[in-house]
Amino acid sequence: MSARWNRRRFGAMLVKETLQILRDPSTFLIAFVLPVVLIFLYGFGVNLDTARTRIALSVQDDGGAAQSLAGAFQHSRWFEVVTTGDLAAMQRDMVAGRVRGIVVIPADFSQHIARGSGGDIQVITDGSSPNTASFVGAYAQGVQSAWAAAYQFDRGRHVVPAIAIDQRFWFNPELASRFFLVPGAIAIVMTMIGTLLTALVIAREWERGTMEAIMATPISMSEFMATKVIPYFVLGLGSMTLCAMLAVFVFGVPFRGSPLALLAISSAFLVPALGQGLFISAATKNQFVASQIALLTAFLPGMMLSGFLFEISSMPRWIRTVTYLVPARYLIPPLQTVFVAGDDWSLFLPDMAAMLGFGLVFFALAVRATRRRIA
Amino acid sequence: MIAPVARAEGLTKRFAKSGVLALDGVDLAVVPGQMTGLVGPDGAGKTTLIRMLAGLVEPDAGTIEVFGAPAAAADRAQIGYMPQRFGLYEDLTVIENLTLYAELRGLAASERAASFARLLDFTDLQRFQNRRAGQLSGGMKQKLGLACAMVREPRLLLLDEPGVGVDPVSRRELWAMVRTLAGDGVGVLWSTAYLDEAEKCDTVFLLNEGRMLHGGAPGDLLGRVKDRVVRVAVPSADRRQILERVLGHDAVMDGTVQGDALRLLLSTPAAILSPTDFGLPAIVVEPTEPRFEDAFIDMLGGGAKGGSPLARAYRRVPPNDAPAISAAGLTKVFGDFTAARDIGFSVPRGQIFGLLGPNGAGKSTTFKMLCGLLTPSAGTGSVAGFDLRNAKAEARQSLGYMAQKVSLYGDLSVQQNLDFFAGIYGLQGPARREATARVTEIFGLQRYLGVNSGTLPLGYKQRLALACAVMHEPPVLFLDEPTSGVDPIVRREFWSHINGLVEKGVTVLVTTHFMEEAEYCDRIALIYRAEQIATGTPDELKSQAGTPDGSMEDAFIALIEAADRGREAA
Repeated sequence: MSARWNRRRFGAMLVKETLQILRDPSTFLIAFVLPVVLIFLYGFGVNLDTARTRIALSVQDDGGAAQSLAGAFQHSRWFEVVTTGDLAAMQRDMVAGRVRGIVVIPADFSQHIARGSGGDIQVITDGSSPNTASFVGAYAQGVQSAWAAAYQFDRGRHVVPAIAIDQRFWFNPELASRFFLVPGAIAIVMTMIGTLLTALVIAREWERGTMEAIMATPISMSEFMATKVIPYFVLGLGSMTLCAMLAVFVFGVPFRGSPLALLAISSAFLVPALGQGLFISAATKNQFVASQIALLTAFLPGMMLSGFLFEISSMPRWIRTVTYLVPARYLIPPLQTVFVAGDDWSLFLPDMAAMLGFGLVFFALAVRATRRRIA
Repeated sequence: MIAPVARAEGLTKRFAKSGVLALDGVDLAVVPGQMTGLVGPDGAGKTTLIRMLAGLVEPDAGTIEVFGAPAAAADRAQIGYMPQRFGLYEDLTVIENLTLYAELRGLAASERAASFARLLDFTDLQRFQNRRAGQLSGGMKQKLGLACAMVREPRLLLLDEPGVGVDPVSRRELWAMVRTLAGDGVGVLWSTAYLDEAEKCDTVFLLNEGRMLHGGAPGDLLGRVKDRVVRVAVPSADRRQILERVLGHDAVMDGTVQGDALRLLLSTPAAILSPTDFGLPAIVVEPTEPRFEDAFIDMLGGGAKGGSPLARAYRRVPPNDAPAISAAGLTKVFGDFTAARDIGFSVPRGQIFGLLGPNGAGKSTTFKMLCGLLTPSAGTGSVAGFDLRNAKAEARQSLGYMAQKVSLYGDLSVQQNLDFFAGIYGLQGPARREATARVTEIFGLQRYLGVNSGTLPLGYKQRLALACAVMHEPPVLFLDEPTSGVDPIVRREFWSHINGLVEKGVTVLVTTHFMEEAEYCDRIALIYRAEQIATGTPDELKSQAGTPDGSMEDAFIALIEAADRGREAA
């Protein structure tokens, strides 16, 4: 039997794998086109979602204060305001989904303001879509409070607004979403490359019969697996770099940590991602099944249970427990920190250790499942 | 005696998943400097045995040694292995594939230039060095696969059906290459489903349903049928009835149509046939060369006898002077690729018309156009008088179609498949029950009725597929490679059904890559590179090729070589 690890065999397989990556359009799509699409999607999607919500505004008072408040709504960057029609028509519009809420400035509004006795407005929202409803409610109150403060200030009076304005605005969707979504996009791209692409390329070797031919040569299975891991590790880091550059330079996401930390965190995540991909392909040997399993066990949990789209702390307890089994869960917090806050190794190291631990398990499983056997 | 490079004893393997016994106590030896043939129909266990020699499958019982060591621990650098699908990386070029395998097998850098030059020269691939393997033709891929397996001269060369799916010309070239390239020290194991290839080997192992029927020189096997194969000329119009009649004779073990004659295997060399057995006033019985297939059939106990119960139960298709199938100028273009160009023929009622040609030549495309499954880019066709352009549904209803690779629903049981196909051909209620019961009886499907058709043995899958195609008793049958991969006994049975149905007035369009089966056809069109290069009766094609006494394969090769010369001259 020849030596277990042979430089020539290893080099030849690396060259082959690299050529395949360079020539396969699907690899290119996943590694370089997908990140761009994701980043642009989240970058612009965020603006579209929150910048302009369509509401109806019914002003039943023609006093100065009421008109001034109406102006504040119309100039708000959060709302696109419709003022035509009576209240009944507006209600029909809301039921039909043409507007997301109705703000009513009542007939005695200016009088109340002049008397200094408050100045209530009515906000009607559609409770059948709770997120939008609470968004409209909160922002309507925000607009009113800001207006009230400015209005009273202009008149030399200082009032304490009924609602703490800052509290409403710390939930600033534009900035916070980007902070969330950029690390999320990086996690998804690395899951795609590490798990899905790796699982697919090995399953493809089985399907096309090249695995059979390769296994009949002196190559050892550990050499074979290493030549699959290394190129996709490099590809994953390359794609991550592309994502980060786009986020920082095109969308102005802050980057307060060090590139070294970003590299270390991403590398730690690629270990379980690649291990999972190897295990899936070794266990299924079929591209279709491999892609389904990769989607179900890596992509969807990475999307939903990692804290990237949905806050983990607001999940039911048992789901929260499940999230501890999702490697991406340990990636999102350090990534968010490295972008928004800066390097904090005391936070990074435990998460990296957790990811490497998962990686170890997956690689052990993959080695167990990969045998030089066809049946 | 030279020590064998590979040796197996009592190999047994049962697949855990399907429970199929792939190998049952098989012995084998591969001697250096020899061509060892591993012959048998699909599913015989050839691939499993070769994979065991390559150390890729572990036997359940028995010993397997390569270079004197257990196969799993043998020096893989000295084994050349070409799997059925060649093992080439399609997005790497010819030279990159060669380099990869050279490095993996540890070919010394100093020997590389010489080895590559020699292999590229023999395979005639120098011009295509920088072409990606995915863009090579089937024959070129096969040669490259062989070059990769031989890039460092192996001591054991394992070739798993290297001739499958390519045209006879490429098969012969490959055979010659292996013979020349494999030096004295190389043991070659060549697996094949083509029995004629076995005759050329030094040693032959005949495998059927996991059991080794014979191991030794091909002459030993041919010896058992020596002087037992004869040829009898008969009037061409009646040859099918006469064949059925003689097959009823006790002394006749097997018989096939061969042009205007019958080829018969007798039970003993001394058996005497009289003209009355043929229903003819006089006959001339000439001895003829036995073939490997005769010996195979003899070992399996003789071919199908007693005519076709399917044909006996079939309705008589009323006579009609109009052609049952006609095609004129049929052309199909996919993008910039022409799959079939100007195909034209006409088949009268009650005849067998064969489409012959290598894989990818355009046979299936022509077939699908005539079934109405593909719309022709140009040309017209009709089936049972229904034009394909404006009466597709009627045309389809009047034909039974047995697709290549058997289009059954693998997850449905045999009974459910029968009910489904009876239903889509419009059989309802009692008519459907009667039809499914009839074919169940005829094809012996009773014991499989509740079994999912995906798990049937190949021969039964083919029988079920034919059953599904004939339940509605169509006047026209389209059979696309109906006998591909099955053993010669099942093939005889199929042809007995086909011959019987034709006698009832059914018209059959058939494709096959078994050249000797082409002899059953009344007329043949030879399709090569999308063109119809010759059309006529089997004997006409043989004389056109200048090989009137040769086999159909000789004629085929001569005709496509002539077409290639014509192409180069143009």
